[in-house]
Amino acid sequence: MILRLLFAAVLLLVIEQPSVHAVEPAERLADPTLEARARGLSKELRCLVCQNQSIDESNADLAHDLRLLLRQRLVAGDTDQQVLDYIAARYGVFVLLDPPFAPLTWVLWLTPPVLVLGGGGLLLLRARRRRLEPPVPELSREESARAALLLGDQR
Amino acid sequence: MLVEIGHFALILAMLVALVQGTVPLVGASVRSRALMDLARPAALLQFGMVALAFAVFMHAHIISDFSVRNVFENSHTAKPMLYKVTGVWGSHEGSMMLWVVMLTLFGGLVAVFGRALPASLRARTLAIQGLLGFGTLLFIIATSNPFDRLFPTSADGRDLNPLLQDPGLAFHPPFLYFGYVGFSITYSFAIAALIEGRVGAQWARWVRPWALVAWCGLTIGIALGSWWAYYVLGWGGWWYWDPVENASFMPWLLGTALLHSAAVVEKRETLQRWTVLLAILTFGMSLIGTFLVRSGVLTSVHSFAVDPTRGVFILALIAVVIGGGLLLYAFRAPGLETGNPFAPVSREGALVFNNLLLCAGMATVFLGTFYPLFAEVWSGVKLSVGPQFFDATFVPILMPGIVAMVIGPVLAWRRGDLAAALRRLSPALVGALLAPVVVFLLARTAPPAALAGVALAVWAMLGVLTDLADRSGLARLPLRAAWRRLRHLPRGTWGYALAHFGVGVLIAGIVVSTAWRSERIESMHAGDTLEIAGRTLHFVGVTEGDVANYHVERAQILVERPGAAAITLYPERRWYPVARSQTTNTAITTNGFGDLYLALGDRDGQGGWVLRAYYNPLVPWIWFGAVLAALGGLLSLSDRRLRMRLPAARAPGAVAARAADS
Repeated sequence: MILRLLFAAVLLLVIEQPSVHAVEPAERLADPTLEARARGLSKELRCLVCQNQSIDESNADLAHDLRLLLRQRLVAGDTDQQVLDYIAARYGVFVLLDPPFAPLTWVLWLTPPVLVLGGGGLLLLRARRRRLEPPVPELSREESARAALLLGDQR
Repeated sequence: MLVEIGHFALILAMLVALVQGTVPLVGASVRSRALMDLARPAALLQFGMVALAFAVFMHAHIISDFSVRNVFENSHTAKPMLYKVTGVWGSHEGSMMLWVVMLTLFGGLVAVFGRALPASLRARTLAIQGLLGFGTLLFIIATSNPFDRLFPTSADGRDLNPLLQDPGLAFHPPFLYFGYVGFSITYSFAIAALIEGRVGAQWARWVRPWALVAWCGLTIGIALGSWWAYYVLGWGGWWYWDPVENASFMPWLLGTALLHSAAVVEKRETLQRWTVLLAILTFGMSLIGTFLVRSGVLTSVHSFAVDPTRGVFILALIAVVIGGGLLLYAFRAPGLETGNPFAPVSREGALVFNNLLLCAGMATVFLGTFYPLFAEVWSGVKLSVGPQFFDATFVPILMPGIVAMVIGPVLAWRRGDLAAALRRLSPALVGALLAPVVVFLLARTAPPAALAGVALAVWAMLGVLTDLADRSGLARLPLRAAWRRLRHLPRGTWGYALAHFGVGVLIAGIVVSTAWRSERIESMHAGDTLEIAGRTLHFVGVTEGDVANYHVERAQILVERPGAAAITLYPERRWYPVARSQTTNTAITTNGFGDLYLALGDRDGQGGWVLRAYYNPLVPWIWFGAVLAALGGLLSLSDRRLRMRLPAARAPGAVAARAADS
């Protein structure tokens, strides 16, 4: 709690701005490239108190705080990945909308390609096996004679 | 008193469902016509009882009978009448009632229109439908009784969630549920066919109309839902990969696969087992979708644990329906006849390819939706799977499907010639290769993904047009003869053309609106102006007032555009005091090729207001495309060859015509 308060105080010092919500004009960084990076990153971070919204599209106070925090990190010279790591370290991986490729998400990321390639391979194999099946052998003369007998010669 | 009658009707319906679900099954196995024929009156009676209960429930909402707990919790005397009616399905209990109304409605429809079905297949199908009804009614009566009384009664209610007090949301659940539950009939047909041990062309001909009806409903329902999200959430987005959206999308993907594979069974008597499996899984996904969303398990594992009775009941129901279906499939499917062989490059081959991609896409959406849940159970780590995951996996999986979607209908059944098909499609091919080049020359900053998307959209749209021109002989015949041939193409062909063209329109809308959207978010004071997409917005001011059950802040914005008359837009924010919640009511103006989208934000603390303005090019095409696809489905449905009461023995002429067009 004390940490959070300190944190908020630091934020207020770093970026002076009135208390407003949403992707506010007042939050915007002066440098357009940095601001563009900030917008991109804010689409990858979850607003933790909302129903499945990114902080880019939320009015919540927390989303506002996170937008300021990530801009502060960008101004401090962090790379995009460093910003995400910084925020994930404080708020948990739950905050990352784009799940990182880690042991816990291996199954998540690998299943789709495995399904497509595996399924496709299986289908191709089946199609080839069918084609490789030997053609039905011609009937021998005795066999056709017997077949004619069984069917009853209709001519 | 009326409420008790409704409650009683619901219990009666459950008992009827039990009879409908057992006696005809026994009848079909002992070949007793009398027992089998019980299914039809039972299905109609069950529908009648459920409809009565639903009408009573709706009446309680309309007269604001707050002695009924559900009405107290979800309504308010000041709520507009429209939302008193549509609020009926706004709550958990009400939506379950809507579900069971649809379920019994479909049962009743099969009872009425299924006269041409063999007695045993009809009896078994209706019996399975009865069992589904029994399970749902038992769930409603035991855990989610809509007729629960409240004592002492309250003078006024708690009001419906204001987000739900909107025409888009009010009307999309009936369509969605019509779609979800429509697939119960294909499920019942599949189970009945497994019991009978026969799946042939005739079976597919009976099943396909139901799959089509359900698919059209689901398509419209999803489109309405996405449109609602677009104009209500105030961020200009139309699809968020939210679990609720995914829940409706998964059965849609499987339903699309089912629709196409059923056509293969009908035309070529192959893929029978696969089609039956799809029918089981599609309804399974509908169940998982509705019930798991309703149980709250997706938002948090903990909300599931708060009310375990409902959750456990739901899981048991899903396990019985899907597990039972799959178990029966495992035992009986090997006994079904194997299909006619076909080469990988053939119309069947293309359909199998698309089935594979649709199923893999569905599995990806499933995984993305449920993975956070699994991960939390395994490891205790809460993680998120956001739009980035679906963009990176689902989209590339479906892209080759769009390519194949155009080639498939041009290939011959059994053994096709890919080179010849591409030659026939060469106008579309040229268009699809040229379009991204033109776009790139016009907009150098276009991302490669957007260029690929443009190519796909043009390919899909031109592909259909090329195929239609080819089928009508436009290049070979005089114009009038070609026109006559075009007009006399079977409705099924027109249905396919409309639906596939719609997919192209939809892709164009998605790609262009995502890549070339403009956005301005500014603090506005009275008299300020803002430029966006060649338009000037004059911020006139904000007025406040009290309307019905909410307080409104409404901005007045004059939009000027060179060469066009000025218009005024009123984006607003509403505060619902009873429900204690705020909604954004966007103002949108469209010309069919792009939307100007305005949303009023918060006060900026300095006497101004934050205004969010977007210009979303081609965004309406997303919904046009979906509507075209659904219309295509309806058109196919009206094809004479698909009607239920088709005589079993066809006239020789009809067979020849069929052979000619397939």
